[in-house]
Amino acid sequence: MKATALIAEDEPLLAQALRAELAAAWPDLEIIASVGDGASAVREALQRLPQVLFLDIRMPGQDGLGAAAELADTWPADEAPMPQLVFVTAYDEYAARAFETQAIDYVLKPVQPERLRKTVARLQQALAAQAPAAAAEPAALERTLAQWRQLLAGAAAAPAPNGGPLRFIAASEAGGATVRMVPVDDVLYFEAADKYVRVLTAGHEYLIRTPLKQLLPQLDPDIFWQVHRAVVVRSSAIEAVHRDETGRQHLSLRGRDDRIPVSRLYAHLFRAM
Amino acid sequence: MKIHWSSAGRHYLQVIAFCCVVAVLTTAIWPNKTYLVQVGYALSVGTITWSVIEFGRYLVDERHCEGGGPGRGHGWPQGWRGLLLTAIGIACGFLAGDRVGDFLFNYRNVSSSRDNTISLVITVVAGAAASFYFHARGKAAALIAKIATAERDAGEARLKLLETQLEPHMLFNTLANLRALITVDPPRAVEMLDHLNNYLRVTLAASRATAHPLAREFERLRDYLELMSVRMGPRLRFALDLPDALRELPVPPLLLQPLVENSIRHGLEPKVEGGEIRIRALRENRAADGLPQIRIEILDTGVGLGTGPPSEGGGFGVTQVRERLATVYGARGSLTLEATAAGGTLATVVFPT
Repeated sequence: MKATALIAEDEPLLAQALRAELAAAWPDLEIIASVGDGASAVREALQRLPQVLFLDIRMPGQDGLGAAAELADTWPADEAPMPQLVFVTAYDEYAARAFETQAIDYVLKPVQPERLRKTVARLQQALAAQAPAAAAEPAALERTLAQWRQLLAGAAAAPAPNGGPLRFIAASEAGGATVRMVPVDDVLYFEAADKYVRVLTAGHEYLIRTPLKQLLPQLDPDIFWQVHRAVVVRSSAIEAVHRDETGRQHLSLRGRDDRIPVSRLYAHLFRAM
Repeated sequence: MKIHWSSAGRHYLQVIAFCCVVAVLTTAIWPNKTYLVQVGYALSVGTITWSVIEFGRYLVDERHCEGGGPGRGHGWPQGWRGLLLTAIGIACGFLAGDRVGDFLFNYRNVSSSRDNTISLVITVVAGAAASFYFHARGKAAALIAKIATAERDAGEARLKLLETQLEPHMLFNTLANLRALITVDPPRAVEMLDHLNNYLRVTLAASRATAHPLAREFERLRDYLELMSVRMGPRLRFALDLPDALRELPVPPLLLQPLVENSIRHGLEPKVEGGEIRIRALRENRAADGLPQIRIEILDTGVGLGTGPPSEGGGFGVTQVRERLATVYGARGSLTLEATAAGGTLATVVFPT
């Protein structure tokens, strides 16, 4: 069976080696693009819509997990089925452990033929099971999304910090030199911006440098929900969920006028009961 | 406040032994009372003096005590507080101890003033001697604990240094590249293996040696950079510039390694298009007083300070370089980090020659 794949790997020799091993293990697989960073991976994947993505976890700019999370949101699911994901990593204790426990596919570098053959067999099976009309079938998409969600949550989870949930956040006021102790109880949502995370309360906006990924394990998961790769929101502040004509969801909050985007990965949180 | 009964018990046993010795002395002075009675008197005085001092020190704030700390209890009070406590203890022992002894053995107080003076002298001398003994022992114990802590810290620092230098991700990625090279370009694989060999050998030995020539330091940096450039391909370019006159200059081994690693990990690796590292050494005269010094610059064109995501162990490399400079060169060794106009980072190490 003919299939297409994209390789995202920043070390040229390793990309070349993976390509060579794949050629041996799966001669019918066509590598339609090979890129060296996460942003290029997203761009190429959206353009070429490959069936399989081999993503290195550590890459310059956006990493492999970030690229996958962005693709989860932007993939045109009505044009092509969600791609099969395979993560490639040299040594990443947390990620590897998360993959292991969730039976998610990953390949350790250096890639060994034996291990790669198993991955290839699984991929071929998964692709064969995809009915041609699967793209339009919501249940199949939902299944894939659930798998991606689990995968990204497990792999991205930083080791739990010592101590209980965070109670205060030392944040600087936007554009100011003063550091404020913001009670977590006042925070309505967190939003990852370029180099910062914005901390928003009813009346104010603050900035912190701690990435969302590190912040998340320190927040009570019953109180703060991740609704987008860049947004964590206080669940009790959500007023309503709106859906536009393209099927995208967004939230409105009590206490702020902002519209909060809901990622496709987290849309299941807001299905009507 | 938590009283350490086991240590108090140990102290009291020593006090009892000491009282038995003092009783031998007092039996010699007042033969009219038996040794056992003398022991009784000595114990009354000793017990009261000891309890006042042993439990009185808990009233002194821990900040003014010799290194107590968790598990070791409250140390001996320092300075005048210790002296005052000892004096109060001895006074209580003297005033109350004799009375208790009289009461226990049913003696009426008929002692002469001369006897009183001798008994006062004995109490003061014995009390002071015992207090000094406990004070010295407590101080020694605190010192030993301090040394043990320092040794453990040094060991931990060395382990941490080794862990950062032999970062598993770097090692496994290098091995993966090596495996790829073996099939496609065996001569280059051998070359890469040699660099890895040198890098590992020096890294593992660095915690033991105290100095090596600057030329060797530069060779090791080259090994590391060659390894990284096989991995990063055209994304990494580098240049090393060491004047011949400085080749033999002794420097602490792998002093510069963490800085070059930072340039790669926090500067160039996160940058999609990669960049360049330039390392150079030069001799110059310090602007302030004209004293000769060595300046080593590590310049990269990476993403710059403070923009990369903070990683585990962040800042450890810089702290470690600063500490080593301070240990070897004192105040005249320094490390500064600055953002360059082009957006990269410049690390400058300066030390006297």
